[in-house]
Amino acid sequence: MKYEIVIGLETHVELSTESKIFCSCGGHSAAKEANDCVCPACSGMPGMLPVMNKRVVELAVTAGLMLNCEISRYTTFDKKNYYYPDLPCAYQITQLNHPICTNGLVTLKTSEGTRDIRIKQIHMEEDAGKLVHVGKASLVDFNRTSVPLIEIVTQPDFRSAEEVLVYLNKLKTMFRSGGISECEEGAMRCDVNISVRPEGSEEFGVRSEIKNMASFESIERAIRYEAQRHIDALEFETEELVQETRRFDDVSGKTFAMRNKETEADYRYFPDANLMPIIIDDEWLGQIKAAKPVEIDEKAEQYRDAGISDKEIDILIHNHNVSKLLDDVVAKGCDAKNAAGWILTDCAGIMRKNGKLISDLEITPEELTTIIKMVDSGDVNRMSGRKILTAVIEEGVDPVAYCKENGLDNKVDASVIEGVMDKVFQENAQAITDYKNGKVKAKQALFGACMRELKNTADTAVIKEILEKKLADL
Amino acid sequence: MNKYTVTLADNGNIAVDDTILVKGAQAAAGSRILEGFRPLFSAEAVTRLEQAGYVMAGKTHVGEFGLDLVGEFSYYAEQTEELKGAAAEAVAQKEVKAALGVDMNGATRRAAALSGVDFLKPTYGTVSRYGIISCAASGEQLGVYAADVEGVKEIMEVIAGHDEKDGTSLKENSYSYVTNQDVKGKRVCVIKELLEKADAEVAAKVNAYADQLRKQGVVVEEVSCDMFDIANTTWQILMTAETCNNVSRYDGVKYGYRTETYKNIDELYVNSRTEGFNFLTKATILYGSDVLSKNRYDDCYGKSLRVRRVVAEKFAKLMEDYDAVLTPVCSKSAYTAYGMDKAFQTVFEESVFTAVANLIGVPALVSGGVQFMGKAFNESMLLSLAGCVERAGE
Repeated sequence: MKYEIVIGLETHVELSTESKIFCSCGGHSAAKEANDCVCPACSGMPGMLPVMNKRVVELAVTAGLMLNCEISRYTTFDKKNYYYPDLPCAYQITQLNHPICTNGLVTLKTSEGTRDIRIKQIHMEEDAGKLVHVGKASLVDFNRTSVPLIEIVTQPDFRSAEEVLVYLNKLKTMFRSGGISECEEGAMRCDVNISVRPEGSEEFGVRSEIKNMASFESIERAIRYEAQRHIDALEFETEELVQETRRFDDVSGKTFAMRNKETEADYRYFPDANLMPIIIDDEWLGQIKAAKPVEIDEKAEQYRDAGISDKEIDILIHNHNVSKLLDDVVAKGCDAKNAAGWILTDCAGIMRKNGKLISDLEITPEELTTIIKMVDSGDVNRMSGRKILTAVIEEGVDPVAYCKENGLDNKVDASVIEGVMDKVFQENAQAITDYKNGKVKAKQALFGACMRELKNTADTAVIKEILEKKLADL
Repeated sequence: MNKYTVTLADNGNIAVDDTILVKGAQAAAGSRILEGFRPLFSAEAVTRLEQAGYVMAGKTHVGEFGLDLVGEFSYYAEQTEELKGAAAEAVAQKEVKAALGVDMNGATRRAAALSGVDFLKPTYGTVSRYGIISCAASGEQLGVYAADVEGVKEIMEVIAGHDEKDGTSLKENSYSYVTNQDVKGKRVCVIKELLEKADAEVAAKVNAYADQLRKQGVVVEEVSCDMFDIANTTWQILMTAETCNNVSRYDGVKYGYRTETYKNIDELYVNSRTEGFNFLTKATILYGSDVLSKNRYDDCYGKSLRVRRVVAEKFAKLMEDYDAVLTPVCSKSAYTAYGMDKAFQTVFEESVFTAVANLIGVPALVSGGVQFMGKAFNESMLLSLAGCVERAGE
């Protein structure tokens, strides 16, 4: 008999906000040590009240718009009760009754065509902390508590592991380019609901939920293993399937039942009276829509039209901060293709030299625009431009001041250049002879010697002009 | 009786209930579970008073999490033969000018009535809840004990007003209150059903108070209104559920009391909480988790949220005909020591007089051993009604 695999996904995505969801602590990425980013609120001390971070709402709505969801105009928070030492209040603030987004749709392109995946809902919630086990002791780290998450719940619309991976990669690209989440290792976690049924059957089979997987590879392996386990159970009656929660073991590649609970856990959900309902009116929704980044495909098209190469586009759409830098610099009047070169060749090169990634790049659009314009206008030559850029990235200097202090501008008098050139001609008699004998390369050598003498300042166009004139006079 | 868990300043003029945080001073809400907990910040109301030049005298004893009748079941104080509230007594004996308390289930109002001082539970959202040891977030409110309405007004004008640190705080930046508006021709109703729940002495006190109001030209009528029992049951469901949830963070892991005997995390939780909470809190936790459980939610908690709206509508309707409601605060004029095993039932029965104000967030003022309730934001009406009687008595 042929079987059909039915999969629904719950994906937790950590949002890229500067502060936690209900307090002003920085996110855990800012933490250097355990409990670095912790305040009385996110460590569950009495007397503190949660105060909603508006940015979380905006990012959740943006994600909903990207996934074609209906945006709730009235959204509320609920408390989910359970005891665990990494959950300081013994409840998690989440959304049960009025989630922020519902009824979305995302279309996947797979090797077999397209598949529509319905999004049941997106809700906002806070993350828990983590436990560190040292010998017989357990230590608790609250850096992660109250880090904002969205959970995206799909309908059981996937029919293969491949579709799940296409979906997850699509979310990842979309959320990165949209500045919603960096989707780094561990910032995207999945619960997979999976069942199997005879092909053509309308009824769902017995469902397993595989909890909390952080890598796409694990998700794929878990789905393949679990589907086969279900098929074997149905086909060969190897075991009786029960509805249960399982975990995937990376080492053995198998799934295991987590706890044989006789009844389902009762989380005693109820509304959180400390957080007033959030009303998203037309004005606010309009602002969020206006600020929503252009969809990836559209964005790529824009870059292509500007003459940027496909390889560069690929880097840009996967690095939100980099494409934003480019967009900002272009908005300040720089040519897109030229600016892309500055960012993806020069900046990236400097970052690489320092053992860093282009996504770590920290330079303001103002600084970069200043440098590009200095070069474009001929005030500074390209080589000096790069020197200034390096100093800005590595030392955080002011580009204009740095240029002035190091005499990198091109305000070198033509008579000085002529003097230097005469000296170079005297010292490079061989090159002159070569040139006269028709070796064009000799001209390049003379130019280089001249640049060295001038310590790479001066306008290269002027140097070339004088050089041509002098060679013609020989 | 020692009124303070912590004495802060000999020249202090404000007492602060131990359900409210004062930076650095142990805040235990009368419970062993918070033994030794020292907050890193003060409640917003405390900060505002300090900025205005008031000095905190000390932390006054409260019953564990403010769940009892008037403060008789504190881990840090013996139960006295005649039950009195510590903060109310500090005001009554003029040791302080005023005191701050959290009105969650009427304990502060009952304490004021028994000590003969005033207490105002203001409209929900007017005073910041930042820095109170929260139990029932949807109905608790920080209020003021003082010797008279002038004292209540003075403190309220300092502490009321928007606080961005509390998401339930209303947008109004400040409030001013009037204690002497003209009350001639104002209409007050006495609730027949509540009068019948009080003993003869208390009923006589309410009737005598009504006569004093009439002397000032106030129209006082007795009316029948059947919503108070329902309002009380509804509030007890919401209050126990929210309290159960809010005290679940006291688990022995992070701060406060931790059991000495545990072998694993489950024993750490169970033993710390078994040893740390008193019987009344445990009963509250059990009721609260029951009404929130999956099988009971729709019939208990879910229904209570709907009944809350119905009660609010009924009360608003009553307030179309009257400017205020006059009721007893509790069924007796004095209470003597009793056993913890009777606490849950006793408090439940006594809360019938107070619960509606917590349930729907309207203001309630205790003065002269009786209680006024009125429309939201209409504190000035209540203060003026009580004020005219207070001034006539001087």
